[in-house]
Amino acid sequence: MKKIYSVLVENRSGVLFKVAGLFSRRAFNIDSLVVGETDDPNVSCMTIVSSGDDHTLEQIEKQLNKKLDVIKVKTFDEQLSISRELMLVKVKYNRNNRKDIIELCDILKAQIVDMSKNQMMIQLCDVPERIQLFLKMLNSISIVEVARTGTVALQKCHDQEN
Amino acid sequence: MNGAEAMVKCLELEGVEMVFGYPGVAICPFYDAILDAESIRTILIRTEQNAAHAASGMARVTGKVGVCAVTSGPGATNLITGIATAFADSIPLVCITGQVHSGLIGSDSFQEADIIGATESFIKYSYLVKNAEDIPRIFREAFYIANTGRKGPVLIDVPIDVQNAIVKKFKYPEEVNLRTYKPTVKGHAVQIKKVMAELEKAKRPVICAGGGVLLSDAQNELREFAHRYQVPVVHTMMGIGSMQTEDELNFGMVGNHGASYANRAMNEADMIIMVGARVADRTVNQPEIITRGKVLVHMDVDPAEIGKNAGPTIPLVGDAKHIFEDMMQYEIEGDHNLWVQTLYEYKQTMKEKRVPDPAFIDPAEFIKKLSDKMEKDAIYVADVGQNQIWSCRNCIVREGSFLTSGGMGTMGYSIPAAMGAKAGQPGRQSIAVCGDGSFQMSMMELATMRQYNIPVKIIVMANRYLGMVREYQKNTYGADRYSVVDLSGSPDLSKIAEAYGMRFIRVSEKADEDSAISEFLRGDESVLMECVINPTDTSK
Repeated sequence: MKKIYSVLVENRSGVLFKVAGLFSRRAFNIDSLVVGETDDPNVSCMTIVSSGDDHTLEQIEKQLNKKLDVIKVKTFDEQLSISRELMLVKVKYNRNNRKDIIELCDILKAQIVDMSKNQMMIQLCDVPERIQLFLKMLNSISIVEVARTGTVALQKCHDQEN
Repeated sequence: MNGAEAMVKCLELEGVEMVFGYPGVAICPFYDAILDAESIRTILIRTEQNAAHAASGMARVTGKVGVCAVTSGPGATNLITGIATAFADSIPLVCITGQVHSGLIGSDSFQEADIIGATESFIKYSYLVKNAEDIPRIFREAFYIANTGRKGPVLIDVPIDVQNAIVKKFKYPEEVNLRTYKPTVKGHAVQIKKVMAELEKAKRPVICAGGGVLLSDAQNELREFAHRYQVPVVHTMMGIGSMQTEDELNFGMVGNHGASYANRAMNEADMIIMVGARVADRTVNQPEIITRGKVLVHMDVDPAEIGKNAGPTIPLVGDAKHIFEDMMQYEIEGDHNLWVQTLYEYKQTMKEKRVPDPAFIDPAEFIKKLSDKMEKDAIYVADVGQNQIWSCRNCIVREGSFLTSGGMGTMGYSIPAAMGAKAGQPGRQSIAVCGDGSFQMSMMELATMRQYNIPVKIIVMANRYLGMVREYQKNTYGADRYSVVDLSGSPDLSKIAEAYGMRFIRVSEKADEDSAISEFLRGDESVLMECVINPTDTSK
């Protein structure tokens, strides 16, 4: 099972080390980990995607909460959240497959952001599954390199009562 | 005022009376400033690890945070085992380490070590002080964090330039307000009600008391609760002393080194109330089996412990003392008399019978006699190894304290811890019981005991082996496969005692046991006693 943890932490030096260290020391998986500042410069948000059995996923939440630099831990399942990932992928192209690539980009709403005579760079921002799909579709084309941000996610909007 | 003076001022304001440590250049400003603090005594320990152990011994008997201060680099890294030991047993410490000049951090300068990085996975919290003005806040927070919630060690790493920097305004915060740290103390009323409802239904309930009972100072509440509702009590190794050994409802220590009747009580119970215990592997070997078909209540101040090793029926987060008090507001029906009687029978019939070698002192019998004769409120510190198991199984605790390194199993703990405990409560008898392996790991502290006149009574169960490992090797690989457990080069203990100006007693005959113990316990002075035991004796 996969779970997304949105972890608000004090924006201090060493906090990423402490949180990542917790995962390695307790043998928890990290599928992806993204860190960035929030609207409050004293607070950073870490989005961590992890997988494991129910017991492990619960322990991750408890152990995160125990860390003294962690302000709040929110967990959500993928269905109840909006998640996005950004990918940059550089591919080699030639006259024969140029059209195919452009067509594929069109279908999956990817953008071509840079080009040279025989390489192009494509950007895709989407849910992790579609990023995966896009990569799979590109498989027949020669990929030069790939950079992915990992997942960021927030809970879906809902009207707050009161 | 400079940073170092501010650090000392903070210690004074926290009521610290003693600092165990070892100086070096990077902590010299601090050790200079502390000269002017009349209320703080400094103790020069002989190796840094023991500074943490001594502070731990002191913390465990006084309930106050133990403090140690060492220098950067090797001083700090030597402290690590002591920190890990305190962390495993949730002992409140503030460990101060000197650090190289801020500008040199990261350049691999002389005596530089990333102690914060090195200790991260076994410390409750750590600070690198970057600005001397932060010292009052950081110290206030550190003492608060160490001694609240699930207690534990906190590290403050202070670069030498920060110690020398000017502190313009020293203001000690009255309150600590950390948005990331709000430990739950009071148990949830609904959960408490559920527990009491289950207890009313239970036919065979048992309380398993861990070290958390001692840390929350809930011994009286536990005893009162057990007697009021007639619930038998077993305990973990860290829980020794949470209930008096001879209390009629105390059914001994559980675990793979525990009493078979205690384990049987856990197995046959229909309700287990775990209090301040981690359900650790040495205590409950197969948690999923032992808890099957039972109501498991898990009370702990640390929510992350609940459900970590065993899934509870009723989780209950909070401090044991408060929870027991709240639970005792309930009047419940239910009679556990039959169950208690059954456990008495088990206790009578399942007593392990040792077959001691008459040619030697029997350590089990010896510890029984010793603990019977020692002062009622004595502090007994067991080291690690076979001696620990003999102590755990045979020491009679009345109003005293039983200390040992339970979680980490750190050899050499007993002498510095007994010394720290004695320094904290000089009026009590302090006895360290170790083997000849653990004795040699900490015997340098005999000098500290002498220098500062901290009398500790030390017993060495001498078998010229690392007995616990030897026993394991015998059972696992066979008696002809002993590997690296021979301690035959051990020193003549009578000469060691003489060298450090201690009284020495050697006992090897059963007939001399009683007089030797009386002689050992006589007077408030350091004594070293060697008990000659059978080299191939077993822990059970």
